[in-house]
Amino acid sequence: MTEQRIGIEVSRAIAIATKLANVDVVSAYPITPQTHIVEDIAELVANGELDAAYIPVESEHSAMSACLGAAAVGARTFTATAGQGLELMHEVLYIASSMRLPVVMAVANRALSAPLSIWGDHSDVMATRDTGWIQIFAANGQETFDNVLCAFRIAEDQRVLLPVMVHLDGFHLTHMIEPIYIPEPSQVDKFLPQNQYPLPLDPNKPITMGAFAPPDIYTEVKKAQQVNLTAAKEAILQCWKEFGDCFGRYYSPVESYRGEKAKVLLLVMGSFSETAMSAIDILRGEGKEVGLIKLRLWRPFPFDEIRRAVRGAEVLIILDRALSFGGPGGPVCSEIRSALYNEDKRPKVIGFVGGLGGRDISPGGFKEIINRGIEISQTGSEREFEMFGVRE
Amino acid sequence: MEKYAVFVPKLVTRRENFAPGHRACLGCGEALAVRLACKALGQNVIIVSATGCMEVISTPLPYTSWRVPWIHTLFENTAAVASGIEAGLKVIMRKGKRLAEEVKVVVMAGDGGTSDIGLQALSGALERRHDFLYICLDNEAYMNTGIQRSSATPYGASTTTAPAGKVSIGQVTWKKNVPAIAAAHDIPYVATACPSYPFDLMAKVARGAAIHGPAYVHILSVCPTGWRSATDLTVRIGRLAVETGVFPLYEVENGKYKLSIDLPQLRPIQDYLKLQGRFRHLSEEIMKEIQNRVNEEYAKLKEKVACA
Ligand SMILES: Cc1ncc(C[n+]2csc(CCOP(=O)(O)OP(=O)(O)O)c2C)c(N)n1
Ligand code: SF4
Ligand SMILES: [Mg+2]
Repeated sequence: MTEQRIGIEVSRAIAIATKLANVDVVSAYPITPQTHIVEDIAELVANGELDAAYIPVESEHSAMSACLGAAAVGARTFTATAGQGLELMHEVLYIASSMRLPVVMAVANRALSAPLSIWGDHSDVMATRDTGWIQIFAANGQETFDNVLCAFRIAEDQRVLLPVMVHLDGFHLTHMIEPIYIPEPSQVDKFLPQNQYPLPLDPNKPITMGAFAPPDIYTEVKKAQQVNLTAAKEAILQCWKEFGDCFGRYYSPVESYRGEKAKVLLLVMGSFSETAMSAIDILRGEGKEVGLIKLRLWRPFPFDEIRRAVRGAEVLIILDRALSFGGPGGPVCSEIRSALYNEDKRPKVIGFVGGLGGRDISPGGFKEIINRGIEISQTGSEREFEMFGVRE
Repeated sequence: MEKYAVFVPKLVTRRENFAPGHRACLGCGEALAVRLACKALGQNVIIVSATGCMEVISTPLPYTSWRVPWIHTLFENTAAVASGIEAGLKVIMRKGKRLAEEVKVVVMAGDGGTSDIGLQALSGALERRHDFLYICLDNEAYMNTGIQRSSATPYGASTTTAPAGKVSIGQVTWKKNVPAIAAAHDIPYVATACPSYPFDLMAKVARGAAIHGPAYVHILSVCPTGWRSATDLTVRIGRLAVETGVFPLYEVENGKYKLSIDLPQLRPIQDYLKLQGRFRHLSEEIMKEIQNRVNEEYAKLKEKVACA
């Protein structure tokens, strides 16, 4: 029993992952660049290849709401969205996490209107940063596929019971055809146990879900949620370890590429890290001591792993694909800067914002970012951050 | 008849799945409607509640008034949550992941959660023909947040966001006809009810729950707090709403309209309006306007009944 490596669009690979996970309910509303994912799932259901209920809801708000209901009766539940769709779901996202409903969602990261843009960046994700979901960023098709499978296991883990978002860059990943290892159903069955939601809505055992909290209890509820999400890291690490043992592909919250003895580190999330690797190779070829850090686990934030990964570096350059208007630049940079602030020895943290609304950054572009970052680390800058590649 | 010592026209379960001890105001018509509906629904239900009075009075953590499974998530998404529950149950029972048994999914939402912010989700769920019962508890305003107007607030009523004033009569729009909107989705069952007619209400809720496919029951629920009415007049005011033709009781089964109570003659609307502080400011002229509208609407309804 072995995996087959096939050339396949990443969106279709996600659909196949949901089929291998034998998902029960898919409730979704179409939005570019997520459409291929849900179209492919609808097709699998229509052809009888996947025995699931596909609910073609009338909005993303309802898509996530239907997921809440399905998860609350113990069904394995999946949806996908992007950009405006994720925004429309916003208040429902908090419900999924706060009520411990293990929904899995693929997010085809997309810029936010206005002006309307169907292309990729991380503005949509960053607006959901504090919703209490586990959030994983995929850098390529294989990572996306693997992490959709892992997401079900993590979400439904009795210690976790939290919703999980798997982020993949709109178009840069969703519409890419890549060679992807697809496991056999029996292999997945071994790795992914059935969903055993501990307290489903059931007339034989009536429970009340979603009671309201007066001030003397709300804080305790939120503390419990914070403890729970932070503790989920252990289950995530264990899942990735066991996934690796089953399939030979190991994942970690933070991944280093040629980071050994690097004085200068670049940190990127998502598919752009693949391009950044080429830039690192070029610069290493030129004898520069540079390395790359890929941040894969965005929530719960991997404080220890980040601190360890940057130890010894003098400059840490961070590229955000989202902007915090009127604020300190990009959310990833802000968070890492604050995670390092109390360290005795820490690198200078230089922030860039770029790759907005589908604007590509080439290996040459990353070279420029790194060189400019080094320059700023020596000369300083009047700005909190710089925007890369803006035509003046 | 002579064979029996006691005459019992209807039997109603003594079991209270909506337990006493909740925090509704004195004389609350919504709480009465929920209590009766729960008697009609029995044990095998999952109730999906919208944010609103009934949610807030029944579930302050760590307490609950619910003896059946109950879920509340948000204000406007009940029909969508119900869609997910219904579809989820069906598929996991089919796949043998859960014991196969009859479970009815029932939404309970206020007029705001139904006719305004939740209308899109409701329309979607009706159109997709989920097997569920939607109960709208209509007290004609957003009561939970302090008597703000909704699109179900009647013409001339004073609310906190459409108050009567020197240059305003209060609500200047006519009540949105949500049962007609539900019926326009060609669903198998639509009905109106009022807890002042408890057996009729229970029969309709039971009928709606027994139907396969979407059903909608719209329940007028007197709210003494928001209507500025005496707490001991709740049942009387509900009856007057029906007897004046302001809120006729009817059913629409597979498109066929049927009046539940056919009144040979309507009482004048003043009988209904004068018991409520929210209409206190209305002039003779406005009341005449309302009377004309009620007559017209009632005639239209009777026409639909005659056609069916
Ligand atoms: C998105 C959103 N907007 C507003 C509110 C505030 N809110 C809570 S309940 C409510 C009114 C409920 O009115 P209705 O549905 O008629 O139920 P009632 O309380 O009258 O029974 C409002 C406006 C909310 N909870 N969520
Ligand atoms: S405000 Fe009205 S509907 Fe709400 S609990 Fe009080 S009486 Fe009932
Ligand atoms: Mg109301």
